[in-house]
Amino acid sequence: MGNRTPLYQCHLDAGAKIVDFAGWDMPINYGSQITEHETVRGDAGMFDVSHMTVVDVSGNDARAYLQYLLANDVARLAVPGKALYSCMLNEQGGVIDDLIVYFLHDNFYRVVINSATREKDLAWLDRHAQAYDDLNIRFRDDVAMIAVQGPRAIEKCLPLFDDYQQQALRQLARFQGTEFDDCFVARTGYTGEDGFEILTLATQAADLWQSLLAAGVAPCGLGARDTLRLEAGMNLYGSDMDETTSPLVSGLGWTVAMKDERDFIGKQALLAQQAEGLQQSFVGLVLLDKGVLRNHLRVQTERGDGEITSGSYSPTLQKSIAMARIPAGVTGQVEVEVRGKMLKAQIVRIPFVREGKSMLTNEERNV
Amino acid sequence: MSEVPAELKYLSTHEWVLVEDDVATVGITDHAQELLGDLVYVELPETGTTVAAGDSVGVIESVKAASDTYAPISGDIIEVNSDLEDAPDRINVDPYGDGWMYKMSIEDAEELENLLDADAYSESIADED
Repeated sequence: MGNRTPLYQCHLDAGAKIVDFAGWDMPINYGSQITEHETVRGDAGMFDVSHMTVVDVSGNDARAYLQYLLANDVARLAVPGKALYSCMLNEQGGVIDDLIVYFLHDNFYRVVINSATREKDLAWLDRHAQAYDDLNIRFRDDVAMIAVQGPRAIEKCLPLFDDYQQQALRQLARFQGTEFDDCFVARTGYTGEDGFEILTLATQAADLWQSLLAAGVAPCGLGARDTLRLEAGMNLYGSDMDETTSPLVSGLGWTVAMKDERDFIGKQALLAQQAEGLQQSFVGLVLLDKGVLRNHLRVQTERGDGEITSGSYSPTLQKSIAMARIPAGVTGQVEVEVRGKMLKAQIVRIPFVREGKSMLTNEERNV
Repeated sequence: MSEVPAELKYLSTHEWVLVEDDVATVGITDHAQELLGDLVYVELPETGTTVAAGDSVGVIESVKAASDTYAPISGDIIEVNSDLEDAPDRINVDPYGDGWMYKMSIEDAEELENLLDADAYSESIADED
């Protein structure tokens, strides 16, 4: 038996197929992954993301600590509740993890990191905390998190809150969260759709789940979560980047704040990579032939080989899509080796889908 | 619990075989489609190909994984279900009916003896769980 979230029984009650995910017993689907995917693109679905690791960082040194620890700059977070996506790098510029950090109020940040990387992340956070006097790091094992996503997610969530809270939630900007007495609600997610991520006490999670079910929000599993994030061009740690890859060749250059004086772990390595010139680029692929692109398949280009980092089937585009790391400067078409055959794929811009709509250009669509 | 029709023969690799005179119709079981999840692509053998029992003759791909499918017996492929090309999910909906994959000739009827009956297949998938 693996770790179980406070919603485990709710998943069984909803007919979930349970699989092991990084040591957690999690729902992969509740029947059909494609149906769940389509529900999130067209209506509202919810995901139990309680296996993710929540860490509260507080104290007078919290900001300086996070500024040194993260490749993105928490100084960008001026308004309470604002969220920032960032990588946490090692000295070589490899990615230890990617995370979301919320600025809750002065000297108080909430960091949400991956579940598979929990142990090493917490060790890394602790190790670098030693240099700061006024810093408190608290791992929150008392909370649960439900992501409610889709074009109708917000309207279905709102009635669960009182009038005052609803007013606050209606004014919530994207990538912004707000704290109530017993929960924290952020307008963030991992699907390319609008919606909320709701953090609540573990003891209240099952009640929240039941209320969302009653409001017509469909349970969705990790299977749909993966195809949704892939369509939305959002990286998955361990597949698209890891400790051996730089964010600069993982499509994450935009998350690194490197231009000012601020020093952070991995900055020197990234500056050196930039000065040398990046040898690889991170691209989207759409399969032109029949088949399905999968992780680790070899991509053959006129400038050498690359590799698919995440590949699957896109229910929205009804084609196979992938993200891949290939030699820099390649454009147009490439070939992917699938079971000994070379299949044609078109290089496209990431993301593939946003808010239910294909982002492929007419040109890309008509190849 | 997945369906295992009594009148069919099975492979432990989750193919089913329906024998009618000298023709065998082959598909994948209800249990297999449940394991794979939503199917998005099926690669079938070509009509006219001669195959031997145990040969990999096609690939079934769901959203999450690709899986080989094997010939239950030796013979020639005489017809394939080309509807699956555009609608692989027929296998999810009706694995023993509309979701059939191909028909083949039976070169050596004795090979049919090597296949599992419904009880033996049910047991083999119960052990898996």
